[in-house]
Amino acid sequence: MRWGWHLIRLWSLLVYGFMFLPVAVVVLLSFNASQFGSFPMTGFSFRWFVELWNNDAIMRAFRTSIVLGLLTAVISTTLGVLASLALVRYKVPGANAISTLLIAPILVPEVVLAVALLLFLNFLGLHKSFTLLLFGHVIFTLPFVILVVQARLVSIRRDVEEAAMSLGASPVQTFFQITLPLMLPAVLAGALFAFTISFDDITGTLFWKPGGVETVPTQIFAMLRNSISPEINALGTVMIVMTVGLPLIGAAIARQLARKSGT
Amino acid sequence: MSTVILDKIVKRFGTFTAVHPTNLEIPEGTFLTLLGPSGCGKTTNLRMIAGLLDPTEGEIRIGGKSVNNVPIHKRNLGIVFQNYALFPHKSVADNVAFGLKYRNIPSSEIPGRVQKALDLVQLPDVGDRYPKALSGGQQQRIALARAIVIEPDVLLLDEPLSALDANLREDMRVELKRIQDQIGVTTVFVTHDQSEALAMSDQIVVMSAGRVEQVGTPEEVYNRPASEFVANFLGASNIIEGKCTGKDAETAALDVPVFGKVPVPADKAPHVSEGAAKLVLRAEKLLLMPQGADTTGMVTSEAVVETVDYQGQTVRYFIRAGDRQFQAINMIDGHPFAEGTTVTVGFRPIDCAGLPG
Repeated sequence: MRWGWHLIRLWSLLVYGFMFLPVAVVVLLSFNASQFGSFPMTGFSFRWFVELWNNDAIMRAFRTSIVLGLLTAVISTTLGVLASLALVRYKVPGANAISTLLIAPILVPEVVLAVALLLFLNFLGLHKSFTLLLFGHVIFTLPFVILVVQARLVSIRRDVEEAAMSLGASPVQTFFQITLPLMLPAVLAGALFAFTISFDDITGTLFWKPGGVETVPTQIFAMLRNSISPEINALGTVMIVMTVGLPLIGAAIARQLARKSGT
Repeated sequence: MSTVILDKIVKRFGTFTAVHPTNLEIPEGTFLTLLGPSGCGKTTNLRMIAGLLDPTEGEIRIGGKSVNNVPIHKRNLGIVFQNYALFPHKSVADNVAFGLKYRNIPSSEIPGRVQKALDLVQLPDVGDRYPKALSGGQQQRIALARAIVIEPDVLLLDEPLSALDANLREDMRVELKRIQDQIGVTTVFVTHDQSEALAMSDQIVVMSAGRVEQVGTPEEVYNRPASEFVANFLGASNIIEGKCTGKDAETAALDVPVFGKVPVPADKAPHVSEGAAKLVLRAEKLLLMPQGADTTGMVTSEAVVETVDYQGQTVRYFIRAGDRQFQAINMIDGHPFAEGTTVTVGFRPIDCAGLPG
């Protein structure tokens, strides 16, 4: 039996290696001093990060992505929290159907969703715009927010809210004093999900973005069509730091909050 | 502190009627218990008084004013829930101070009032701790402090002791009653535990299937049950069907199988008239004695011990007399009777009650 476990361990290592080695290579090469974005390493340098900083197109894409991500996070989280409250706390006719409908965008392949929204817009005679792009991102980040927030809300006992109201807090005061603080970890997690998913989405974005607007992923995609510039490695590193680092920080904060609230 | 009146209250959930028309008056300062098995409507009544449920029909008045259209947060009630319902993200002091913030109380006075409430529940030093760091009994005391610090008109207790373990429950029972006596607030207590109800209440309302079976002091409902349900729910009773052969101002003469004629005091059989009647014989009033013992003043019969359920201080016997089985709960004097022993069983007629047949 023992060699069996060793085999499993080895296999896992191979899987992880296969998944993460390319990422490690990108990070490593982003510090390569060479002209070309490939091995061999000729020296350690921050040169490509500086070039990145001075590249207007990339910086513009970066700003677009950040604004888009933040707006998506704010809108998705607000809608998600409200929807979860309605579905969990109030008797809504057809709650199950509504819930399924809101979660559905996760189940539909993104390409299908992207094309569908685009066709719908054509049908309405609307043009592609930043608002539409934002709209699309909200649609497919909303399910994640709802799933996380709903799970948390179910575990918050109703009698805690009833106690607050019996003590004189109005329903709105009860929400801000009791319900929201108790579900804050889930709300933050939902917002982070929404931000990171929006930040590195490419499929939907390619379909929905108006001409001349690029997000970081679509910018990389465009740059790759010409040549593999070492700048892309640097950009990749920044993306990795953001999409991995942010959720980790978020999780740490959430755990801290949860510990303080004792739940 | 106010009188609470339920005026022809009805609560229906769809086609199910949880509370049939109920009238109830809870005088100022009374400790009133709603007692009954689960699903009898006692919690529904409490939640309607609290404003967590709207009555389908009827009116609820607190201190003379109708509260039907007053939302819960404007009713000035203290509620203690079964699972404490403390705010886990607030310290104990903040929990207790919560209700004060919504009242016109100068913020400089709040710490003093919180401390006074914590003193009252005998937990003066836990203010800066979080609820999670406290035991169940301590959490329930804090929940009580939080409910009374706002000086509520009515204190509502929704099975506050049932989440605690047995020993703690009895301590808290005494404690709760002491605090209620001290502040004199009108209190409605919901429980399914008859011993809690008997020990704590000024008035007990026994409920069954959405209806009030009997309202009375603990002694009244225990000694003069108004129905078979009440007789069985409060302690164990033997109900023997028989007939009443005559009734005057003093006694109602009941004739029952096995024991024969039993002259029940008339005031303990108020609704009995000549004809079919039932004798209520409490299990602890039915004594087992060795054959030939002195049974002066008792109604007796021969019986055989069938089952012995030893409980330490007391013992519960199932005995067979004639073709019937009876239940008896006796203090143990020496050794309990063994199964199969033939004994004399007897009771005093004044310990019985009569119900119409």
